[in-house]
Amino acid sequence: MASVRTEGEAIGLASLSGETRSWQEQTVLLRIASVVLFAAIWQIAGMIPVSFAFPTFSDTAVAFVGMIADGSLPKAYLSTLQPLILGVVLSAFLGVGLGTLCGLWRTGEWLFIPVFIVLQAAPVAAFIPMVTFIYGIGMTAKTLAVMILALPVIVLNTYKAVRNVNFSLIAMCQSFLGTRWQIVSKIILPDASPVIFAGLRLGVAAGFVGVVLAELLITPTGIGDLITFNRSRANYAEMYATIASIIALSTLTLIALQWIETRVFRPEKRGG
Amino acid sequence: MRSATVRKGPTPMPEPVDAIVEVRGISKTYGNVEALRGIDLDFPRGKLTSLLGPSGCGKTTLLKIIAGLIEADAGTVSVNGRTVSKPGPERAFVFQDFALLPWATVLRNVAFGLELRGKPVAEREKVARHYIGEVGLSGFEDKYPHELSGGMRQRVGLARALSVDADVLLLDEPFSAVDEQNRRKFQEDLIRLRTNQNKTFIFVTHSIEEAVYISDRIVLLSPRPGRISQIIEPDIDRSVDPDRIHRDKHYLDTVEEIWQGLKQYVE
Repeated sequence: MASVRTEGEAIGLASLSGETRSWQEQTVLLRIASVVLFAAIWQIAGMIPVSFAFPTFSDTAVAFVGMIADGSLPKAYLSTLQPLILGVVLSAFLGVGLGTLCGLWRTGEWLFIPVFIVLQAAPVAAFIPMVTFIYGIGMTAKTLAVMILALPVIVLNTYKAVRNVNFSLIAMCQSFLGTRWQIVSKIILPDASPVIFAGLRLGVAAGFVGVVLAELLITPTGIGDLITFNRSRANYAEMYATIASIIALSTLTLIALQWIETRVFRPEKRGG
Repeated sequence: MRSATVRKGPTPMPEPVDAIVEVRGISKTYGNVEALRGIDLDFPRGKLTSLLGPSGCGKTTLLKIIAGLIEADAGTVSVNGRTVSKPGPERAFVFQDFALLPWATVLRNVAFGLELRGKPVAEREKVARHYIGEVGLSGFEDKYPHELSGGMRQRVGLARALSVDADVLLLDEPFSAVDEQNRRKFQEDLIRLRTNQNKTFIFVTHSIEEAVYISDRIVLLSPRPGRISQIIEPDIDRSVDPDRIHRDKHYLDTVEEIWQGLKQYVE
């Protein structure tokens, strides 16, 4: 199989003309240009200044390096990332599992789907104080906050994707004597994977919201605490550096997720 | 002068031939639409039989019942003398919409039937490469379906069905989503493949020309409810140049005869 893959890539590269490759280089350049443009506008806005509480891009960058050097940022991330990763990983596996089950099994659908529809419609941030009330202010509460936000969208997307799977492919698998398990693993999950991954991306993004909300609202630790602390001391550059860093991390996580999707599940989309 | 063997009547005579697939008293109703009523039919071994008829005559339903993909309300289907109600290794299906895995290469798609049966990778890929060659797709093993034309995709579907080495190939309007030029080429290839493969083909089509061109035997179905109206055996010599068949007087007469028979059902 491995040798076949490499052959495929070789043919793919050969058939992709130099034109395609230069176009790819161009998109990379455009992306860099977009980031540079954003930084420049930030810099100008900070220099006007838009507000006394709005630092320039360069001040923020300096603050960012400073916070890494003095260890405050790494320490905050250590505390934030634990419940975040735990919550997101649990939500991903639980959500995809539960969503698949509901998509395949009527009773499961009736049992669980209404709950998740309500959860998705509800302003779940309102639950966070309740979570604190029950689970205190530790790691459990933070992990739960992540999961409350991330789980519904993952479950519902997976459920929808499994429900709308291409029926013709299932018939094909049956006619070639596929077992129930083969139909799920070789047809339904790969066919549903684009929508499942769309749900995972939304879920992971919601998980970041959940952990920051939890740290701002209930447990003054980690990144949320660093934001609040720097705001209270009017260290606006440090505050912005913290906020920007968590946005950047969230974005990178989503890009990584997309990369995994095309690499592992839908290799045919690699080219386009 | 050769002439087509024509049998008329709602209940055809039992066949004295070696029948690989026997259909007895098959009926199927969808809601209040009677798709098939009391179908009795034999499919001779090693022949290509077409099920031909206007839309709504239940030809695809009958094919899917033979495939075990749809359950009949009444009646039995037996293959090689054994009654079947589910898909089995002695039958392979070619789908109208190709039903290829978009995330898998041509090689994996063709080998998919064997993959489901748990054959080792090396073995199934060897078989798949052989049939990819047979259907004229050598060099495309590592392409994905979206990189192929409609005709090429259906060749993948055909190679997949050939790979599992079934006795009976069931083809559900395999060329209806293929453009005209590719269809002609594909039909010629199918005639050639039939002579090498020694398999039984059951072919659903709504094209009279196609049925006459490729079939040993044509079963005409009439709609609402789906019943057998005629069985025709076009006696056409297919060893000659395929382009000559299309100009053959006998071919043209048979097409015309079938059209006269079907006309009444077309609104």
